[in-house]
Amino acid sequence: MSTQLASEVRTEARRSARLYVVSAIGPATAAAGIGWALLQPYRLTLLHPRGQGFWWLFVEPPLLVVLVGLLFHFLVLPGLVTDLEEEA
Amino acid sequence: MPPSEHVHWLFATGFLTLGLFLLAEAVVGRDVWKVRAWRTYLWPSTMFMLGLGMWPVMVFFTSSTLHMIAHGAWAEVMMFAGAAELGLATGKLQSGLWRLAIVLAFVVSGVGFLAHEQNPWFFQRSSFLHHLLGWTFLGAAIFPLGRAVRPRSTVFASGFALAFVAVAVMLYTDRDVAPVFGHLSPLAGPPRR
Repeated sequence: MSTQLASEVRTEARRSARLYVVSAIGPATAAAGIGWALLQPYRLTLLHPRGQGFWWLFVEPPLLVVLVGLLFHFLVLPGLVTDLEEEA
Repeated sequence: MPPSEHVHWLFATGFLTLGLFLLAEAVVGRDVWKVRAWRTYLWPSTMFMLGLGMWPVMVFFTSSTLHMIAHGAWAEVMMFAGAAELGLATGKLQSGLWRLAIVLAFVVSGVGFLAHEQNPWFFQRSSFLHHLLGWTFLGAAIFPLGRAVRPRSTVFASGFALAFVAVAVMLYTDRDVAPVFGHLSPLAGPPRR
């Protein structure tokens, strides 16, 4: 294998790894939120809303984590993936 | 008004968002991240907004002068750091020394946490978290400092991003009154869930 070809293969592998890692950020975050909700379901007051005040119903930490992961995945990631691929 | 733990969780969400932006930038590299202008403004503006959001917390949620000063200092340094990074992103600020603003924010935040927590580590969970957050900010200041000196270093960029994720996790674990590793001072009051 020529030095140039080996270098190109290495660059491509690095780019693929970066693509893989950055694509995993959103789903991993959302999965962490879902995992938290499963471990501490009582934190989701929406599941038992009776008698809860506004703030207890509005601020649901596990859902906020899921939301951040989803927003990142659907709003930030697509353009980032395009730009990363175009870098090639 | 929301209980203070809810405010901590909302700020945790802001820090988590900040952490993900910075982590993505660290992974893809600064050049790719900067291809679209709006992306370069993402984390500095988030930081600025978090600083802005700290003012109402300072006004409505602080129970002592020390609390008020600490929250006010956080608001100021977060807005200052966010504005400095925004200035660098737009090109209106040229000197790389402006990157030290975020180092200042880390140090002031760390000192603020440690100074305004009057109780020992195991008094209750929020006391533990205040100590932990304070030392985390002080220790993690090495990452923005390294990033200011070596802007293209993946290690410093990743460490900087993960520091915000770690801070978010700590803030999410905060409760108004709760035990920490089985410790809860009787002076803290009855625990909440």
